[in-house]
Amino acid sequence: MVLDFSSQAHYIWALLPEIVLSVWGMMILLIGVWRKPEESTSTSAADLGWLTLVGIALAAAANGWLYGVEEVGSGNMIALDHFRLFANWIFLLAVALCVLISFGYVYRQRLQAGEFYALIMFSAVGMMLMAATRDLIILFLGLEVMSIAVYTLTAFNRRDPRSAEAGLKYFLLGAFSTGFLLYGIALVYGAAGTSNIAGIALSVTSGAASSALLVAGIALLTIGFAFKVSAVPFHMWTPDVYEGAPSPVTAFMSAAVKAAAFVAFFRVFTIAFDGVYESWYPIVWWLAAITMVVANLIALVQSNVKRMLAYSSIAHAGYLLVAVVAANELASAGLLFYLLVYTLMNIGAFAVVISVANQGEDRLQIEDYAGYGRRNPLLAVYFTIFLLSLAGFPGTGGFMGKLYLLLGAVDSQLWVLAVILVLATLVSYWYYLRVAWFMWMREPAAAGELTVQFMTPMPMRIALLAGAAIILFLGVFPGGTLAFAQASVESLSQAALGITGALP
Amino acid sequence: MTALLESIGYPSWILHALVWLPLLGMAAVLWLPEARAKTVAFWWSLAVFVLSLGLWWTFIPQSGDFQMTLRIPWIETFGVNYALGIDGISLFMVLLTTFMTPLAILGSFNYIKTRERGFYALMLLLETGILGVFLALDLILFYVFWELTLVPMYFIVGVWGGERRIYAAVKFVLFTAIGSLLMLVALLYLYTTAKALNGVASFAYVDVLGTPLTLREQLWLFSAFALAFAIKVPLFPFHTWLPDAHVEAPTPGSVILAAILLKMGTYGFLRFLLPLFPAAAQHPTVVAVMLVLALIGIIYAAWVAAVQPDAKKLVAYTSVAHMGFVVMGIFALTVNGIQGGLVVMISHGISTGALFLLVGMLYERRHTRLIRDFGGLSKVTPWFATILLITALASIGVPGTSGFVGEFLSLLGTFETHPVVALIAASGVIFAAFYMLPMVQKIIFNPLDKEENKDLQDLSGRELVILVPMALLMIGIGFYPTPILDRMEPSVEAVLEQVERSAGTGELDLRGLADRVPDVPGRGEAPDPHVPAASQPRESTFEGVFEGFAGVSEDVELGPTDPGHADSRAWPASVVDRE
Repeated sequence: MVLDFSSQAHYIWALLPEIVLSVWGMMILLIGVWRKPEESTSTSAADLGWLTLVGIALAAAANGWLYGVEEVGSGNMIALDHFRLFANWIFLLAVALCVLISFGYVYRQRLQAGEFYALIMFSAVGMMLMAATRDLIILFLGLEVMSIAVYTLTAFNRRDPRSAEAGLKYFLLGAFSTGFLLYGIALVYGAAGTSNIAGIALSVTSGAASSALLVAGIALLTIGFAFKVSAVPFHMWTPDVYEGAPSPVTAFMSAAVKAAAFVAFFRVFTIAFDGVYESWYPIVWWLAAITMVVANLIALVQSNVKRMLAYSSIAHAGYLLVAVVAANELASAGLLFYLLVYTLMNIGAFAVVISVANQGEDRLQIEDYAGYGRRNPLLAVYFTIFLLSLAGFPGTGGFMGKLYLLLGAVDSQLWVLAVILVLATLVSYWYYLRVAWFMWMREPAAAGELTVQFMTPMPMRIALLAGAAIILFLGVFPGGTLAFAQASVESLSQAALGITGALP
Repeated sequence: MTALLESIGYPSWILHALVWLPLLGMAAVLWLPEARAKTVAFWWSLAVFVLSLGLWWTFIPQSGDFQMTLRIPWIETFGVNYALGIDGISLFMVLLTTFMTPLAILGSFNYIKTRERGFYALMLLLETGILGVFLALDLILFYVFWELTLVPMYFIVGVWGGERRIYAAVKFVLFTAIGSLLMLVALLYLYTTAKALNGVASFAYVDVLGTPLTLREQLWLFSAFALAFAIKVPLFPFHTWLPDAHVEAPTPGSVILAAILLKMGTYGFLRFLLPLFPAAAQHPTVVAVMLVLALIGIIYAAWVAAVQPDAKKLVAYTSVAHMGFVVMGIFALTVNGIQGGLVVMISHGISTGALFLLVGMLYERRHTRLIRDFGGLSKVTPWFATILLITALASIGVPGTSGFVGEFLSLLGTFETHPVVALIAASGVIFAAFYMLPMVQKIIFNPLDKEENKDLQDLSGRELVILVPMALLMIGIGFYPTPILDRMEPSVEAVLEQVERSAGTGELDLRGLADRVPDVPGRGEAPDPHVPAASQPRESTFEGVFEGFAGVSEDVELGPTDPGHADSRAWPASVVDRE
């Protein structure tokens, strides 16, 4: 099939995964509403969860189908390149894993299953739009669809004041940062005369864009994106929101929302603003360096595991920013690969946190992990694998991801940033290994603790097993996936070349 | 034997098998019931050892090249290979590893009482990691195995260790990781430079070997690699993790740590540091720094060891001293020195492993390791006393033991180029007697005055099975080291040739500067700059000795700001081959 966007129908085909997810989400929402509250049992909540997974599978099929679709030209509003499709895999994987780990939580915390799963799907639609954007307006649209769903999800646990507080905080700061982004889009539009990314790139390279306006717009866009990816110093909201939000939502936010923001960040900055790389890369360079250093240092002193993982996710944003600074083909493939691995290991880690907290929000202190290796050896092994991967030990996907990012960085001669990255990694060893030593090397404070057993629902066990297995697989046999990531970004760099190549 | 082994294709699969069999054993241990974990682990690792013995026959002693090499693309996108190979340097490290692992596992039968399955699984994982380090011929593969050894060791020390085990385990990981992470960046630098030059993206050892780098680059990369290896060795002042890790680790952990893990550092010196950065490795300042650090390690560790009340801590410090001899031998840059270093590595692996096992056996019986709690054990435990004495003598380096061969050769090799260093280091041998003999005396001689010691059990059959082969090897190598030396020599010469060749062809940016530098005092005629150093007429040993020494002392005066003085061509000529 060839799409040239000459008719409206072409847009429907190009947005098929998004449309499938949206329709399915509305259906889940309606089913949830039709059910009487007294009928809500563990099985009925689970039904909706499985139904959501079916929808995700359908969206995945649509995404796979798009590989056979060709587009004409690269100036359309919706991208059909493989960069977008690879990013979609990451989002769909994240959504699927999050649904799998929420079964027990949704039931135990008596959340409205229908609304919960529908909101997760809607936010995924927003993310997919952000990955597909070839126009700043679509970017804004996707961002808002995603963000509003996630604001609601953060405040979703109505019985927990911390959840409400986190939701409010996230909403206020998020809206504020969206303001920056929108103002940035407006200024860039003013400078370039178009909101189309390819058009902006053309006018930037030809020098037609007025530079003061453009630089101001880029600065505002940087701030907006830095908020979304939670880069230091725009990270203040992250620990509080991540700590207060329901744990499955935190897992979702820290992996998928970040991935979406990074994919859009990368596309906009490396294609639209490629011509003025010199003017924005020092800002992002410093953002990356400060984020890596500060987040890792603060994470050292956290005693709450959920909060520690929040800082860890900020630190990972720092590593990913290195790829944005490097802005070459290796780095863009590295970004995708790292986001994939990061999604798996971070959601996996949060799954264990949810399980230790008994599908709730207590037992989040690091002392609660003492003796966990004896209480629940299998889950402790999973957690150890995820932690080692987050730390980037060889044999795990985390190492391969970091190696990829480092290769991208050195390809652009960013030696100082590469050294900061490895030193930050060294710091991170401490707090990841700290959890491991509590699990395996400490005895619990109360002797009775060792016999405490919590049920881990089967879907969560599936997610954990799959996550750990893929992490180890990617650590030992990364070749195929790396090549796939590499192939996925070729279209992106070709697009960038195509634009600049069109110039006289 | 050779024909038989070759008929079953032994050389083509043995290296794969050595790396992956222990991992398979780990899976078996985890799968089988807890009660059978230790026997399965022991027999499995013993089978790996028996398999590895075939290397002795199939290895071609005359060749200095890598043998049984194989190379399969692992991550084609980056040019990472699964490349393995063995030469005279790694051969003995591999054999040492496969020899020590079953003994360490056998030695832990009584010591490890909890979570046995996890422990033995980690021991086998550790063996895979170590063998991978010694066999890998690809920089990333090497790095992966290098870091992979950290994880099992972290858990072995942290879970089954002593009182302050967590502190020791974390310190061990963080210390080692500082070096290795910086090494990763250096490794990427080497890769990008080689890629820009050859147009081929490859991390394979043979592809990055001989990448021309300026002296400045070499010094930077050398520092990054050397830091990683020096921490592992450990070279003074990076040794502080070692006493903690050794003392807190369970006996088998200490054995593996001392006997094999430390050797990864010195192996790295030989395999990567010298051949990849020859100009930096020959730079007089670098050589002086390394030799001085090695000397400080030898002397300082001996003094510290002498005052330790805890026998295990004493043994731990002796490791620092012995590894100092290895580093000194290596940076003497002579065949004798390097061979001596290698023999010290083997000898130290066996003798220190045995010492840790002996101390551990005492601890199992008395639950104390303080030297003053013992005395007169030779009367109640004659076997124990005999083996402790043999091991202690081997550790000191008394003639007729493996320690003597190694330390003598490394001193001899050092004397050829740096006589003063060798003279000072020789005092380290005396200090070794100074710390080791009093310990032996206080434990097994002296009056038997402690009531608790009077009914101490002598070594059991299992313990004798562990210790007797080690004692025999110590004496055997001491009397007849020739087969070992013969197998090492071509590879050692190849390493030195690598170092000399690149210096001789003048990859350095200080070429030509030498003419402006006044003649080094004590040297006869300046070598012809157009003739490769290796083919220069060899001077007498005596002159060579003084020349090398003069080179060091002068540079200390001039300092590194004057690289022209380094006169790259003067160095190899001073390297005197073993004749």
